[in-house]
Amino acid sequence: MDRPQTLAEKIISSKAGKKVYAGDITLVDVDVTAVQDGTGPLAVQQLEKMNLVKAANPKRTVLFIDHAAPSPQKELSNAHMMLRKFSKETGAQLSEAGEGVCHQRLVETYVNPGDILIGADSHTCTSGALGAFATGMGSTDVSVGIALGKTWFRVPETYRINVTGEFPKHVYAKDLILHLIGLIGADGATYKALEFGGETVDKMSMADRFTLANMAVEAGAKAGLFATDKTTENYLKERGRGEFFKVIKPDEGANYERVIDIDVSNLEPTISKPHTVDNTCTVSEIEGTHVDQVFIGTCTNGRIEDLEIAAKILEGKTRHPDTRLIIVPASKDVYIEALEKGYIETFVKAGAAVMAPGCGPCVGVHQGALGDGEVCLATQNRNFQGRMGNPEGFIYLSSPAVAAATAVAGKITDPRKVI
Amino acid sequence: MTKTNVYKGKTFKFGDDISTDHIAPGRLFHLRTNLPELAKHVLEDADPNFSKEVQKGDFVVAGNNFGLGSSREHAPTIIKMAGVSAVLAKSFARIFYRNAINVGLPVLICDTDKIDKNDLLEVDLSSGVIKNLTKNTELKFAPLPDAMIKILNDGGLVQHIEKHKGFNLE
Repeated sequence: MDRPQTLAEKIISSKAGKKVYAGDITLVDVDVTAVQDGTGPLAVQQLEKMNLVKAANPKRTVLFIDHAAPSPQKELSNAHMMLRKFSKETGAQLSEAGEGVCHQRLVETYVNPGDILIGADSHTCTSGALGAFATGMGSTDVSVGIALGKTWFRVPETYRINVTGEFPKHVYAKDLILHLIGLIGADGATYKALEFGGETVDKMSMADRFTLANMAVEAGAKAGLFATDKTTENYLKERGRGEFFKVIKPDEGANYERVIDIDVSNLEPTISKPHTVDNTCTVSEIEGTHVDQVFIGTCTNGRIEDLEIAAKILEGKTRHPDTRLIIVPASKDVYIEALEKGYIETFVKAGAAVMAPGCGPCVGVHQGALGDGEVCLATQNRNFQGRMGNPEGFIYLSSPAVAAATAVAGKITDPRKVI
Repeated sequence: MTKTNVYKGKTFKFGDDISTDHIAPGRLFHLRTNLPELAKHVLEDADPNFSKEVQKGDFVVAGNNFGLGSSREHAPTIIKMAGVSAVLAKSFARIFYRNAINVGLPVLICDTDKIDKNDLLEVDLSSGVIKNLTKNTELKFAPLPDAMIKILNDGGLVQHIEKHKGFNLE
């Protein structure tokens, strides 16, 4: 009898054409490849160098203009031109400025359960929430995947994360993932796959699952994986992709290198302090810290569910005069829904600068670089020194609820005190 | 392997969690299509003098989780362009590690507590030995996976694919 398999082993095996297990090195067929405007130009240059300017599967090769979009300067405009030209030459899909962050667009439109996705962006792991093996790689690896439709993997060992209990009011998946990373460290799962499960995960929305999968890489993991279920199926149906639903689940008795049990019943709103994601504390420990800029958005927390949480807190209120507020919907579809539901009006009336779908200020290229000594509280996934355009800046990470409450108060605030 | 797999140089020492934002900051995003210019800023946010002082053959020596963060391959590329012959660390972030091999930059896992700033090292990639000529000591580094040795020996992933007209790792 074959040995039972983890989600990672199962998905990789199906694309390797043979049973593989943790530690094995194997070639696999790649279903979806993606690059963005920071990594795509180098991928194109590498393909030119190899004389391989082609896409093995152009319908599922996607070039995203999202990191510096719309372009703030001519060098980046020229980089964008390279991607548009490559798209024209090969038939690869182009996601233009304003269409959204690659990871949100990938789950909305391109990735299905059982797929292998390689993307030249570290948060490619977001799509793991759909039961796909999705991982970030560099430009050259992805360029080879684009042209040949193949890559190689060392099959990762898996940490099983079992989540139980009910989230307290105003505590969210974001608090859970920050708490987990604080627990195991920014390199606590280096090279491993995180496999999320348990009764709480079974009840979670896709939005929450995306948030968890998105940040797997912040613990060093190669992937953040979820079994598929009715919630996955409904999501795909809503996106017009119901026919691509597949049951993907780990085998009973699969071999986990480590099992981590987390009961969320007593979880607090959690914050990462500068300059590492694992530098976590509860909101009560740093309440009152002055904040110059609040940013709500990104592939971690820029979905409609996140904007809804923020809108409920910001409704009828205004930002603190000493705190600016930037809000960026993760994609065009999120933006449209937020407009229809009146959230955008709420945000603008609250004094927010609402910007076009994309990565926004998270990458430090444009739209909200920090001044020397300034403090930003953001719903993004990363707070490294220099991340938001200035090594003299200080970045705190939180849920959209903490972020919205903080924008109103001008200092880090427990959302439970303002709702 | 030939004698070209032996490198000699002095060390620059860094701590834990040196991120790709330290190595190739987002504020220099516009220089990603101009790598020689970007390389002038390599590791600037961790050590502003590094790019001025580093010489061909030198080593970057760091603690845990070197290269965490973004998938930007520009990070190992500009470390290599600066003349660095290898990065030695207690551990590496996964994407950086794979990118480094792909661009032909050796990344070696060893106990870097035993190496100080400015020590003179001789690293033999084929034997897995690091000689600390300043301290007159020897260290071993963990071997790379076979697939990565094949890519590194071909000079990087582009060269590997060109040479074998595809992957040849098994």
